[in-house]
Amino acid sequence: MTIALVATLLILIVGWGGSMIGLQGVLGALPLAALAVFIVGFVWRVVYWAKSPVPFAIPTVGGQQRSLDWIKPSRLDAPWTTAAVVGRMALEVLTFRSLFRNTAAERTTINGVPRLTYYSSKWLWVFALLFHYSMLVIVVRHARFFLEPVPVCIQVIEFLDGVMQVGHPRFYLTDAFILAGLGFLFLRRLYTEKLRYISQPADWFALFLLICVAGSGICMRYVDKVDIAQAKVFIMGLFTFSSVSTEGLSPIFFIHLTFVSVLLAYFPFSKLMHMGGVFMSPTRNMKVNTREERHVNPWNPPKKFHTYAEYEDDFRDAMAEAGLPLEKQPEPATETGNGAGA
Amino acid sequence: MPKMPTPAELLAATPAFPAKGWMDVKSEIRPGNYCYPAKPDTLLGLGFKRAHAWAPEDQDWNLPANWEDIMYNALKERLDKHRSLKVFMDVCVRCGACADKCHFFLGTNDPKNMPVLRAELLRSVYRKDFTLAGRLLGKVAGARRLDAGIIKEWYSYFYQCSECRRCSLYCPYGIDTAELTVLVREMLLELGLASNWIMDPVSNCNRTGNHLGIQPHAMKEIVEFLCDDIETITGIRIDPPFNEKGHEILFITPSGDYFADPGIYTFMGYLMLFHELGLDYTLSTYASEGGNFGSFVSFDVAKKLNAKMYAEAERLGSKWILGGECGHMWRVVNQYMATYNGPTPPNLEQPVSPITGTVFKNAAATKMVHIAEFTADLIHHDKLNLRPERNNHIITTWHDSCNPARGMGLLEEPRAVLRAVCNNFVEMPEHTIREETFCCGSGSGLNTEEIMDIRMRGGFPRANALRYVADKHNVNWMACVCALDRAALPPLTEYWVPEVTVSGLHELVANALVMKGEIPRTMDMRQEDLPFPDPEPEEPETQEPEEIGTGAATEPKSEEDA
Amino acid sequence: MYNAKYVIPGLAVFVGIFTMPFWLNFGSEEYRYPEVALPKGQIVIDGQSVDAGAACIEPKEWMRANHMSLLIEWRDQALRNEKRVYVASDGRKWETSLQNTCMACHGDKEAFCDKCHDTNSVNPYCWDCHVIPQGNNHEFE
Repeated sequence: MTIALVATLLILIVGWGGSMIGLQGVLGALPLAALAVFIVGFVWRVVYWAKSPVPFAIPTVGGQQRSLDWIKPSRLDAPWTTAAVVGRMALEVLTFRSLFRNTAAERTTINGVPRLTYYSSKWLWVFALLFHYSMLVIVVRHARFFLEPVPVCIQVIEFLDGVMQVGHPRFYLTDAFILAGLGFLFLRRLYTEKLRYISQPADWFALFLLICVAGSGICMRYVDKVDIAQAKVFIMGLFTFSSVSTEGLSPIFFIHLTFVSVLLAYFPFSKLMHMGGVFMSPTRNMKVNTREERHVNPWNPPKKFHTYAEYEDDFRDAMAEAGLPLEKQPEPATETGNGAGA
Repeated sequence: MPKMPTPAELLAATPAFPAKGWMDVKSEIRPGNYCYPAKPDTLLGLGFKRAHAWAPEDQDWNLPANWEDIMYNALKERLDKHRSLKVFMDVCVRCGACADKCHFFLGTNDPKNMPVLRAELLRSVYRKDFTLAGRLLGKVAGARRLDAGIIKEWYSYFYQCSECRRCSLYCPYGIDTAELTVLVREMLLELGLASNWIMDPVSNCNRTGNHLGIQPHAMKEIVEFLCDDIETITGIRIDPPFNEKGHEILFITPSGDYFADPGIYTFMGYLMLFHELGLDYTLSTYASEGGNFGSFVSFDVAKKLNAKMYAEAERLGSKWILGGECGHMWRVVNQYMATYNGPTPPNLEQPVSPITGTVFKNAAATKMVHIAEFTADLIHHDKLNLRPERNNHIITTWHDSCNPARGMGLLEEPRAVLRAVCNNFVEMPEHTIREETFCCGSGSGLNTEEIMDIRMRGGFPRANALRYVADKHNVNWMACVCALDRAALPPLTEYWVPEVTVSGLHELVANALVMKGEIPRTMDMRQEDLPFPDPEPEEPETQEPEEIGTGAATEPKSEEDA
Repeated sequence: MYNAKYVIPGLAVFVGIFTMPFWLNFGSEEYRYPEVALPKGQIVIDGQSVDAGAACIEPKEWMRANHMSLLIEWRDQALRNEKRVYVASDGRKWETSLQNTCMACHGDKEAFCDKCHDTNSVNPYCWDCHVIPQGNNHEFE
C-alpha cells in the first residue's frame, strides 16, 4: 500500500510541480500520448488473448441444463442458444450478475459446535455497480468538453446527474457516488483480513489513481475552480490536433489531466483490462449445449490410446476361460504354438 | 498417516493467517499435507520421460537439470494453446469474491487456499516471465522468479484444489481455478511430478480398462457375485451381457460402482433396472471405466482414456452409450468428449429411449446419456412400478456433485428420480446445493488416505450443511450421483455426521423398483432388514417365490420381451 | 487470431467509441473561446458611474471560474441575510443584486451568459426566478 501511495503522490507532484515550473506544454501533450497508449495497448492485449484458441467448451453451468422436455431449463445460467449467451453476457457486463450471487461464509458456534453459516452478501455488488456506473456517467458527461455542439443526450445525462440542484455549480450525484464506491472498495480492502492479505501494490495503486482522478476533478469543479470555457478550448485543440494554449488554466487542471493520462496509459498493462477480459472469458461466453453441438479444438492432437486389439492380446487366455467373447480365439496350447511364440 | 484429531479438535486447530505476506511464506511439506508421488515406472509406462524417484519431504526433488527452461516452455505452450489461461492470468482484480467460496479455504483457513491466491501462485510466475511490468518491477508488480520452492508450493496447493469450479461461479469474470489446476498439474507432470493416487489409476485404466485394474475375467466374476446378491434380495437371476456385439446400448459406469461399497448397490440397481426394462445393452470389460482420472492432471491423458468409449461402441456396433452415475466422468463426457474425439463412429445414432421413445436431443453430438436423465424420463412416462414406501425408513437429502452441477447442469433429473423413489426428501440449505453445491472435499484425485486431514477439512462445508438437516429434519441418508462421492463421502460423514448413510441414486431406485416376478422384499440392497417390508403376496402370486427358488424366474421374463 | 468474427467487430466498437472526439470534430473549424458581448463606456450602477470597459467587480479571470459561486453567495446574502453590500477584493462596495449590479453591464443573456453556457452545456437555474434580460433590462427600473 505504501508503494502505491508513493507512486500516486509522485504523479501528483509531477502534475502540480510541472504546471508550477511552466511545463504546461509538456503536460498538455500527455493526454494524447496516453490515449494512444490506451487504445493501442488495449487492442494489442485483446489480440494477444485472441491469438490463443479456446480449445474446449468449458462454460460454468449455473443452472438446470436443457435435457428433457418437461424439465424447465435455466435459459440464462445454462444458455443453449447464441441469443441466450448474449443475454448471459449482457447481464454479466451490465449488471455484474455473478457478483450478485455473492455470499459470505462465516464460522460461528451453534450449541457449542463450530459451524459455518452463509448469507447473501451484496455490498460488493452494490458498490462495484455504483463505482462503475458513476465512472461511465462521468466519462460520458465529459463529452461536453469534447464535442461542439454538445449533443442533447449529454445534456440530459448532465441534467439528471445534477437534478438535486444543490451547490454551485450544481452538484453531480455521480461525484458522490464514485467516491462512495471507491471509498468502499478501499475500506473493504483495508479492513477485511482476507482482502488485505491478497492485495498487491497494483490493487492499491489502481484505487488511489481512480480516487485521485475523481478527487482532482471534483476539486476542480467545486473548490479550486477553473474557467471551463478555457478548458474546452484547450481540449478541443487536442482533439483537432491544433496548437493549444495553456493560458489561464490553473495547476489543478494539469493535476487532473496528469492523473487521467496515467490512468489511460496504465490501463492496458494492468488488471483494469478486465474491461476487455470479461467479454473473453470462456466460462461465460460459451453455449451450454456441449453434448448437442461439437466444439472444435484447432490443435486437437491425434488419438493415441490402448486399443481393444492390444487389450485382447494382453488378456486373451483369461477372457477365453471366463467365456467372454473374443475377436481372435486363443491359439491352442500346442507345443508348436508355444514354440512359434518363443 | 497421522492419527486424525476429533472434529472439535480439528476445527479448534485452525491456524490464523500468517503475519508475513504470502510470497514470503514458504510452503510447508509435512506428513499429512501432501499426496504420495507417483512411481517412476507408472509414469514411464504412460510416456512421461522425466519420471524420476523423489520424495516430497526431501529438500531436493531431483528435478531435471534444465527444469526452469522446461517450466518456462511448458507455460508458454499452454498460454498459446489456451485462451482461458491468458485471460485468467490477466484480468483478476482480486476482488476476493471467490475467497470464501472454496471449501478448502473454509476448512483450513490457509490463505493460499483462497482461489485468488491459488491462482496467484501461478500468476506471479507468469508476470515475471510474460509481462513487462513483472519483468521490470518484480515483486512490486506481484511477480516472482520461479524457484524450486515454488514448484513445491504448486505441488502442495494445486493438489488442494478439487477442480469443483465453485469459485468460477461467483467470479465476475468466470475465472476457473479448475482450469488452472489442470494446467499446473500438467506442467508438474512435465517435471515428472505427480500423485500416485491419480497416476496409478490412469495407468490401470490405460491397460486393463478401468482405474482399479480389474482384469476382464475378474470383472465378470465380480458382477456375477453382485447378481447373486440381487437374486438373494429379489429372487431374480440376472445375467448381464459382456463385450457382446449388436446390442443397442453400451453401458459404461465408473469401476468404483462394481468394486466397492456403497457403489455396488447402485450398480446392482442399474442391472435390476435394465433387466426389468428388458433393455438391449451390453457391458464392456475394455471400456469398463466411466471415470477419467486423466482429466485431473492432463487434457492429453484424459483424451487417451476417453477415446476407448467410442472405440468400444464402434467395435460392438452399439447405437448409443448410456453412462452411469459419476461426477468428473460427466465433466469429461459433457464438455470434452465431443471435442477430443471428433465426429462419432458411424454406427452411433442420436440416443432414443427404447422404452419411452424420448429423443435425447441434448446428446445429439456425443450420443451419450446420463442414467439420471434416462431414469427420470422413464419415471415421467410412468414406465416403472415403484414402491417408494420401501424407503420410508430413509429421510434423504441430495448432494449435488460438483461436476454434474457446474459442468453439466444436471440438477432436476436426479431430484425427479429421488422424489419418485423416496417419500422423505429434504434439501440442504440454500447456498450449499444445486449450482452452489459444495464439494465432498476429495474430488480430482484427492481421496487418498495420506491427506485425510485436508480431506476432512475440505469436506467440512458439505458436512456442515448436512449436519444442519440431520439435526433439523432427522436426515439419515445422503444420496448423490458421483462415484468419487460414494468413495469420499462415507469417511466424511463418518467423521462429521456419523448418523448419515451415503448412497447412489439407483440404490434407492433399486429398493423401490417392483420387478416382475420378484419375491416380496424383506431386505434392502444392502441386505439389511426393511423396516417396512412388502406385505405377504395375495393368493394368485404365491407360486412366484417357489419358482424363483429354482432360478428359472428369468425365463418367462425374457419371453415377454422377445 | 481465433474468433475474429467476434473479436474484430468488438475492437472496432471499442476504438470507435474512444476516438469519437477525433472523428466527430474532424474537419470542423477551429474551436475558439466564446465571444461575449462586453459593456462599453460609462454605466451608472447604484448611484456611481463606472467605466464598464475597465474591469468587472472582481478580476476577469476570477469571475470566469467563480461567478456562479458569487451569484449564489449574493442570493443568500441578499435574500436570506438581508445583507445588501458586497465588498470586493479591491475594497470597492457593490449592491448585491443580480439585476441592479450585474445586469447593469451584462444585460443580454443571449449575447453574454449563453455564449459560454451553451457551448459548455451549462444550464443555470437563475432564470427560474429572474426575468430573462434581453438587453432592455434597464427599463424595468
